[in-house]
Amino acid sequence: MSETRVHFYQVGSFAVGNRLLSADERTVQSDRRRTNSIDSGHRACQGCGEALGARYALDAAMRATANQLVAVNATGCLEVFSTPFPETSWQIPWLHSLFGNAPAVATGVAAALRVKGRDQVRVVGQAGDGGTVDIGFGTLSGMFERNDDVLFICYDNEGYMNTGVQRSAATPPAARTATTDAVGPDPGNPFGQGKDLPRIAMAHGIPYVATATVADLHDLERKVERAMSLHGARYLHVFVPCPLGWGAASHETIHLARLAKETGIFPVYEAEYGEVTGVSSIRRPVPVTEYLRLQRRYAHLFGHPGRPDVIERLQAMADANIARLGLRGTEEDA
Amino acid sequence: MLQQIEGSRAIAEAVARCRPEVVCAYPISPQTHIIEAIGVMVKEGALAPCEYINVESEFAAMSVSIGASAAGARAYTATASQGLLFMIEAVYNAAGLGLPIVMTLANRAIGAPINIWNDHSDAMAVRDAGWIQLFAETNQEAADLHIQAFRLAEELSVPVMVCMDGFILTHAVEGVDLLDQDVVDAFLPPYEPRQVLDPEDPVSIGAMVGPEAFEEVRYLAHLRQLDALDRIPVIAAEFAAVSGRASGGLVRPYRLEDADTAIIAMGSVLGTIKDAVDQRRDAGERVGVLGITSFRPFPLEAVRAALAGVERVIVVEKAFSLGMGGVLATDVAMALGTSSLHTVVAGLGGRPITLASLTDMLARARADELATLSFLDLDEGVIARERARMASTRRSGPFAENVLRDLGRPREDHP
Repeated sequence: MSETRVHFYQVGSFAVGNRLLSADERTVQSDRRRTNSIDSGHRACQGCGEALGARYALDAAMRATANQLVAVNATGCLEVFSTPFPETSWQIPWLHSLFGNAPAVATGVAAALRVKGRDQVRVVGQAGDGGTVDIGFGTLSGMFERNDDVLFICYDNEGYMNTGVQRSAATPPAARTATTDAVGPDPGNPFGQGKDLPRIAMAHGIPYVATATVADLHDLERKVERAMSLHGARYLHVFVPCPLGWGAASHETIHLARLAKETGIFPVYEAEYGEVTGVSSIRRPVPVTEYLRLQRRYAHLFGHPGRPDVIERLQAMADANIARLGLRGTEEDA
Repeated sequence: MLQQIEGSRAIAEAVARCRPEVVCAYPISPQTHIIEAIGVMVKEGALAPCEYINVESEFAAMSVSIGASAAGARAYTATASQGLLFMIEAVYNAAGLGLPIVMTLANRAIGAPINIWNDHSDAMAVRDAGWIQLFAETNQEAADLHIQAFRLAEELSVPVMVCMDGFILTHAVEGVDLLDQDVVDAFLPPYEPRQVLDPEDPVSIGAMVGPEAFEEVRYLAHLRQLDALDRIPVIAAEFAAVSGRASGGLVRPYRLEDADTAIIAMGSVLGTIKDAVDQRRDAGERVGVLGITSFRPFPLEAVRAALAGVERVIVVEKAFSLGMGGVLATDVAMALGTSSLHTVVAGLGGRPITLASLTDMLARARADELATLSFLDLDEGVIARERARMASTRRSGPFAENVLRDLGRPREDHP
């Protein structure tokens, strides 16, 4: 990943030291001209990964487009906490239509802008994982297949958090949700094939697909900028921990996102036209237990006797990601 | 120019003359010939600038139309039957957001059992969605209604559905006079949106509206339907002036003058009904017809006036409500009315229905002060202020958000 030539990490935290970077390499958020696309005063929970991800992604998209941006939002946490009566947190033109149609609505906005000769105005669609991998999947796939000029961002917190933490197709195996409770012989969400949307997006052969987490916000910004430098359908899948839904401490959001990447549970990579072009290597390999233990949704896997067999299967999933994408990398990558 | 032409082709030509900017296409019989014909025109470049988008479902067709309209483009799509039901969530949404999309509904039955032929079950299924629904009697009227529909939709910022009988009209070849482009251009000005997604003037469209304002927002949408009752005859008259034809309007009476018996119907069956009436008239019977062109908004007063003096009303309708009976007949019954029946709309969007409000409602009823239709605990002030905003400026913005902002703003009259 040639774009991230410079790495400065504070001991033990991996946080990017902005002050040590040259001005043009600093994060958008360090710039006083940042647009605050989603402004303060919204009603997200403390430690909300989605609010953080949306703020960084949209401000980066605004910078990349010289503030010529329209956002289309699916129903969900992001929509609800940002537009309570009687305020709106959106400082950009913003449209919410329905839960399952944000990709199609974004297509319509992009088509209208083209007809109106306003090609410089770009369109971002955004949804949570439910609005992306479940109810919005049909319209998303249609948008990909037509290669419409839309960047679609999924903020994946692995469940229907707005409605009270129910299972989505993005909920990982064994995780407890309100509809996959930690009871019975196989507590939590059953193991299945899952729905790996970044790979499904890649299978559409679209210009750009990337994953990112809120643990590496500079990487997220860079991927948004890369996406906005391209035209056609682009997809960004951002891993955003949900303290409420996962039963995690609010201050652990960044830590959990980092552990998801470092364990291999959530592989961070990018792809163009269906081919992987770069991966974020694991810097400090850790077993999945380090990630799982911090979340009450996995509490039934621990204790006595616990479910070492289930943990083993989760570790195998992470190991498969690591092997498939070569996430262990080499010393030079780190 | 008068041409011998298939109904669907006539609609495509009429829509083309309205200069649509985004057209969504998803195939379902019997509307396919319309979108196929428009597709050819767009691909040839005849409609430039126009984007033609082959979507993956009717749900997407309406959703793309929503996005396009909110971004300031004139949007059109067509559907029928199951397709309308598949897009129904977006159908309601387009109306709720106040986006002036025009859609052709090639009326077709709804399954199960699956059936591709004509009735009006599909249109009836969305009668409460907030769309204006106009029914065409002939292919000529269907073509003319589309041109009027764009004008009406954009004036009021309300979506319009032009209903035409599937196969009976869509696939019938008959003479249709299509207006010249310059005539349509003079009749239909370019789309000037009330609300638009624009980085130079960012607005939020589609915010959540709670019990504090939901009833007022819905009432404002109802008022725009009532506005349509005023505008539909005006637009039809203006259209008649440029075309020389009587197309559209609210209702169409036929030989009703001294009738003791009236048949009410919508759509193409009116032709057959008129033939039947003519025969009975020849036999000396005093029968007449009332065609309903505007089903939503429903022209209660026009229907009442047209039926004055009629002793017997027969509603012939191509749909019914299972477990109840007629749908159109129920509306006609409301038009004929009884002075002792009142509707009080209450509790919309979680608005509490309080004992005090109900007590007041009863007091007004006993004092004969309760209107036929009223809305409980409606905030008239916020309604009046938003109506004034809409009257004073074309780019008045999203009305739901305007109401929220209005209610959230400290004012002198607020204690």
